[in-house]
Amino acid sequence: MTHVLDPSALTGGGSLTGALPDPFADVTRSNDAFRAFLHGLPGVDQVGAQARVTQLGTRSIKSTAKAWAIDTAISMVDLTTLEGSDTPGKVRSLAAKARRPDPEDPSCPAVAAVCVYGDLAGVAKEALAGTGINVAAVATAFPSGRASREVKLADVRDAVADGADEIDMVIDRGAFLTGRYLDVFEEIVAVKEACGPAHLKVILETGELVTLDAVRRASWLAMLAGGDFIKTSTGKVSPAATLPVCLVMLEAVRDFRAATGRQVGVKPAGGIRTTKDAVKHLVLVNETAGADWLTPDWFRFGASSLLNDLLLQRQKLRTGHYSGPDHVSVD
Amino acid sequence: MSDRLPVRKTYKLYLGGAFPRSESGRTYEVHDAKGHFVANAAWASRKDGRDAVVAARGAFAKWSGATAYNRGQVLYRVAEVMEGRAAQFTEEVAAGEGLSTGRARAAVDAAIDRWVWYAGWTDKLAAVLGSTNPVAGPYFGFSVPEPTGVVAVLAPQRSSLLGLVSVLAPVLAAGNTAVVVSSKERPLPAITLGEVLATSDVPGGVVNLLTGDAAEIGPWLAEHADVDAIDLAGAPAPLAMELERSAAGTVKRVLRAPADEPDWSADPGLSRLRPFLETKSVWHPIGV
Repeated sequence: MTHVLDPSALTGGGSLTGALPDPFADVTRSNDAFRAFLHGLPGVDQVGAQARVTQLGTRSIKSTAKAWAIDTAISMVDLTTLEGSDTPGKVRSLAAKARRPDPEDPSCPAVAAVCVYGDLAGVAKEALAGTGINVAAVATAFPSGRASREVKLADVRDAVADGADEIDMVIDRGAFLTGRYLDVFEEIVAVKEACGPAHLKVILETGELVTLDAVRRASWLAMLAGGDFIKTSTGKVSPAATLPVCLVMLEAVRDFRAATGRQVGVKPAGGIRTTKDAVKHLVLVNETAGADWLTPDWFRFGASSLLNDLLLQRQKLRTGHYSGPDHVSVD
Repeated sequence: MSDRLPVRKTYKLYLGGAFPRSESGRTYEVHDAKGHFVANAAWASRKDGRDAVVAARGAFAKWSGATAYNRGQVLYRVAEVMEGRAAQFTEEVAAGEGLSTGRARAAVDAAIDRWVWYAGWTDKLAAVLGSTNPVAGPYFGFSVPEPTGVVAVLAPQRSSLLGLVSVLAPVLAAGNTAVVVSSKERPLPAITLGEVLATSDVPGGVVNLLTGDAAEIGPWLAEHADVDAIDLAGAPAPLAMELERSAAGTVKRVLRAPADEPDWSADPGLSRLRPFLETKSVWHPIGV
């Protein structure tokens, strides 16, 4: 199921923008050309995708493989709090949990990052200084993305100035769904520039894109525009991360690397609450994109309650008996 | 029209307010007292036990937070609905325990009366087991009984309905939620009781009924850190000892099993209510 493209078949040569990876250099010369390119991507077999993830979901992961999967999943968590009621104190306690998810067990790995709103990035940065855990900040008028470009870019610069190592931006779904692909593209390029050294994760909000075909187009759009990660959802819209969506995005990053040589990460976010869900995602990564993606540098889980379930399962493996919610922190 | 094919019931678990099969997919054959095949019952695994504890924990806040009066009404409703199904229970108890129809009917009647007895106790517990304490200071001291939490119940092996109700009803009356492992050889009344509970305003997850082997699921429940108490009524002697030991690891309340299964028709008193209540004492200043 590889979908490596020959873009020259669509464009037939033309002006070069220079910023894009080589084989796709001029697909963005006009909105029409970009539209032709994105709509020329192979369609997604929706039923096939569903069947594929169902089949992979039945795979049984036991003992040592399960222990590895749990530790890997913990190290991939972007521990997230995105509530209107967030306070500096809550962010600090989340940072403490990120450093030592299981205070009773020093062998438990730390999480990959703490994800907060931009105004709390400074607090998180201070609390995580010297730990190697990244601070991710959501920006660009998260979660709706309904603001002018100047406001969005100021939002990004603010968060980066406060110390955010990673920026989670939302795409303009309104523009995407009305077919103004070039606007969306240019906005991501501008945000990427505003990020400076910070990594850019592009949230597609797949729950609002309706079809898997649209998810594939949005994935390619975000990767061509320079996103370092593509992320499924804000967590504020239901459905959030589902396995078929994740499958399509993993296929997109695999094909993108095959075509351009650049590797892009994937982050499902929202709705992943149990260890079983997390393990299903890891199986999907391994079977779709490959083992190269099975590290926190290339695959992340955006989650809050998932971490507690991973810790309970980890305690179960360590002690041999079932643990309970009284044995993990309430956050 | 004697050539009609009978529609047989699939006996499943009662878990979180739903009737799922065992996650393991296993079933086992249930025979009546004479050894004839009766039905296939779901054979619950430790993972069903784990799911049941999650369901029971989830239901605890609502059930323990309901007023005692309301809990009493719900338990009385269980008795009402059971009364309407008395014929079905009688048939199952008679077949499973090898009783005559008359004696089986008497056991069913006693089980229904047992619900009514415990329904009456819900709003009297605080008065009987709580107290206003005399203290030497300018404050009041109150002690009030509160439910322990999630209780694992290993139901009696012989008395499949009256025994089951006698151990389950006090757990509920005290405001706890329950994970019950039914009698292994005689599980059918337990599942029918699940159908009664599902249709009598008992919130889903408050009672979770697993049919299977107490020796298989019991150790997992005894060790489970999110189970607060365990009733060993249906555990044979060597198993009960082992379960008591593993329950100590998480400081559970343990209700010991009598050496031999008691006569469940006797007046139960408060002996099965008290073990699953915790006493909370509070000081309250007098005046301002």
